[in-house]
Parts: sequence; C-alpha cells; structure tokens
Amino acid sequence: MNLIFDRQTGWLAEGVLTLLALSSFIGWVLARRITGDKGRATVQNLNARIRAWWLMAVIFSLALAAGLSGAIILFAFMSFVALREFITLTPTRLGDHRSLFWVFFIALPLQYVLVGMKWYGLFSILIPVYAFLILPIRSAAAGDCRNFLERTAKIQWGLMICVYCVSYIPALLTLNIPGYVGQNAKLLFYLVLITQLSDVLQYTWGKTMGRHKIAPEVSPNKTWEGFIGGVASTILIGTSLWWVTPFTPLQSAGMSALITFMGFGGGLVMSAIKRDRGVKDYGNLIEGHGGVLDRIDSLCFAAPVFFHFTRYFFT
Amino acid sequence: MIQDLLVMVAKLVSGANIRWIGTRPDVRQRVYFANHTSNLDTLVIWASLPRQVRVLTRPVAARDYWVKSRLRRFLAGRILNAVLIERKRPTAHDNPLADMLNALGDRHSLIIFPEGGRQADGEMAPFKGGLFHLAKDRSDVEFIPVLIENLNRILPKGEILPVPLMGCLSFGAPIRLESGEEKTAFLERARQAVKALQKS
Repeated sequence: MNLIFDRQTGWLAEGVLTLLALSSFIGWVLARRITGDKGRATVQNLNARIRAWWLMAVIFSLALAAGLSGAIILFAFMSFVALREFITLTPTRLGDHRSLFWVFFIALPLQYVLVGMKWYGLFSILIPVYAFLILPIRSAAAGDCRNFLERTAKIQWGLMICVYCVSYIPALLTLNIPGYVGQNAKLLFYLVLITQLSDVLQYTWGKTMGRHKIAPEVSPNKTWEGFIGGVASTILIGTSLWWVTPFTPLQSAGMSALITFMGFGGGLVMSAIKRDRGVKDYGNLIEGHGGVLDRIDSLCFAAPVFFHFTRYFFT
Repeated sequence: MIQDLLVMVAKLVSGANIRWIGTRPDVRQRVYFANHTSNLDTLVIWASLPRQVRVLTRPVAARDYWVKSRLRRFLAGRILNAVLIERKRPTAHDNPLADMLNALGDRHSLIIFPEGGRQADGEMAPFKGGLFHLAKDRSDVEFIPVLIENLNRILPKGEILPVPLMGCLSFGAPIRLESGEEKTAFLERARQAVKALQKS
C-alpha cells in the first residue's frame, strides 16, 4: 500500500514538532522557576512525560512512514506489551497457562495478520467469536473449575482491550474512503493526535483549574474542570483539523467529540481496574507515563468506535 | 558470548523487574537464598546480577535434574558454572553441605533454593537445614534473601511453553545467624525475610 505523503502530512508533522518543542521549553522554564517539593515532583514528572512524548512521536512517525506493515508491527508490539502488563496484573491460575499461551502466540499475531490482509470480515470477529469461544474450552479442558467465570472474563477482557481494540488503529489504513484514497495515514494520525491531545489537555486543565472530582474513588486526578476544559479545547482543535480528514468541519467536530468521550471513558475504566488491583500504573516501560497500557487506555476505547463510525458513514 | 545471549534471553522471557531493597549489587561473598517456583528461577537470578558479580556467583542445583540431557549438562557446567548437589540420597561421601562450602571457597558466591524443590502453588515450603549450616560455618558471608514473583506463572512446573508475563525479583537486606540462635528459629526467620520482600 502506498501512502501519499502530501503537504498536509508535512504540516501535521510540523505542528506536532512545534508543540513538542514548546512543551519542552515550558517544562524547562517551569523546572527553573518552581520551588517546593511537591511542585518540583510534579514538574519532574511533567518533563519526563515530555521526553517520552518526543520518543513516542519519533517511533510513531517512523512506523507510519513505513506504511501498513510498519503500523501493523508497531501496534502489534504495543498490543503484546499491553497484554503482558494486563495479564501480569490480573491473577490467573495454573489451568489457564495453555489458554494464555494461545492468547499471546496465536490470537495476537493472527489478528494483526488479518488486519494486514485487509480481511475485515474475519479480523472484526476473530476475537469476539472464535477466541472467546475456544479459549474457555481450552481452560475447561485443563480441568480447573475454581473461579472459572472470573478467570475466563479476565483473559477475554485483556484480549479485547489490548489486542482487538488496539488493532483497529492500523485497521484505519485499510478503509476505502471515496475521494481519500491513499491518504488514510492522516486519519490514523488524526485519531492518535486527538486522543493524546485530549489526555494532555484534560491533564493540563485539571492540574491548573481542577476542583471538583468526578469519581474520586476511581481516579483522583479526573476533575470536572479538567474534563470540560479538555473536551472543549480538544473539539476546537479537532474541528480546526478537518482539512486532514475526509470530514467537513462539523463532522470533524462530532468525530473529535466521539474520540474524546470514548477516550475519557477508557481512562476511567482502566483506572478502575488498577484501583481494584491496588496499583498506580500497569508498568514502567515509559518514563513518567507508567506502562504502555497507561498511555493507550483512551486509544483502546476510541479506536474501534472511530473506525466503525468512519466505515459506516464514509465508505 | 553464549553467556551474554543467555542473559538477554532470560531477561526478555522473564520481563524481570529487578529491585534491590536494603542492599546493592556487590562482588563480596554472598549466599543468595530464594523461593523456588519455576525452572527459570536459577537462570533469571543469575542473569539479573551485574556481570562482575555474575562471574563470581555459582547456582547450587539438583544433580538429578541438570545431568539429564546434554544441553542441561552444557548449561550447568560451562555457562552457569553450577554446583551440582545430590538431593535424593546424601551420603558422607556425597555431602551437599561440603560441596557448597567447597564451592564458596574464598571468592565465590552461591545461589540456593532452601525449600529443596519447586512449589507448584507458589506457597513457600519450610526451609531445609543446609542454609543454617552454611550460615554457621561461614559467618563472614552475607546471606541475601531473594523473592521471585510471577515466574511460576511464566513457566509453571510441568509446562514447557513459557507465557511472557512480567516477573519480579527482589533482593533484600542481608541477614546473619545470631549467636545462640536455634536452627528452626533461624530458618523460619530466613523464610520470613524472603516473604517480607513481597510488593505491598
């Protein structure tokens, strides 16, 4: 598949570069001016996050430049790491060992191979139909009935979130949108940019203005001020980026609202799981952010919905 | 080179998060004692030590397991420089304690699993007496508790295909035999020192 790298892609890349440079500059200024231990810790974490952003942006751009296969390899790897983090955190029993092996070494690669083959009819049901039916059969055959339903649910949920949902991101490259042929990389860029901006803006609004907590038991950092400010500013940016998408400005506003809401929900749900397991982060792979799953929780929820909306209304 | 490769593979498969709590890696003589849940344990502890420490550290392992195939003999003898002991029928001639004391010598460190075998359910069994006798004979050596978590989920007893989860290895502060301390009391204290490293 040949992706067209047009002027618009260049502008997007320059925009992100400028944004990162600006954040690094702000982080540098804050680090010099801040006093007090708590503030210093916050700024240190902020700067670690910005450094990680640079790295993530570079890896993401390189993968996208390599086209469909590059995107598939990148997101398959992210699925692998996220699933690893997820299953590590959720206790399973000895009887699940073989099922888990199948999850990691059959279901995961197969899902991405099918996306690479652009076989929509199978990649959209491989996990919800075949994996969800066959895995419990394997676990039951191992003969351990204890907490069976709970264990099965954990494995299926991990597969759903970390593999099925994430695979919808590269799957965007397989959509055939009339009048937008060969430009799908921009759509993928748009989804990732809006989701991550929404996270960042909600964080920023929350840190500066946040007073009223939305769900203090689940995620103490999520406030109404952060949510409203973050959603509003993200939709504004999303709308103004309509020219990189096949959408009109109004449609783009709707799509970025959809992405933002689903992303917020994803962060909330994945936090609830973390709280239940008594941890703060899923892993420690990305400095300042935690694990891969901590970084992509909102993408997991936004990607499938964005994909299906686009597919239904625009192809 | 095979060593470096093996270290890399061990780290990759186990995804091990290595924590040093109350102690640092050091080339001084030590006995690392750990809970035992998986065939990966020996390899992963050995691989998690920095190179200068690793070359001086010899895992103590069951002879009946490690001589079974050519690959195991090669790994134990050439790569891990393991101390193979008889765990089934110790005799005066084939005495595990004497073998371990010999192997320690004046510069080596040891990795031992005082439970005497792998525990399928991950619960720690009572420690066997060898640790006590080592501590009594070599009071100059540091005894470091090591807790291995999750490796039994990566490669449980009886399985040959690993599932790539993230393991965790915690090295704790050294303990020593107090003067007049009973065998059972010391072994239980040592066992608790391993247990206490659990991530809260």
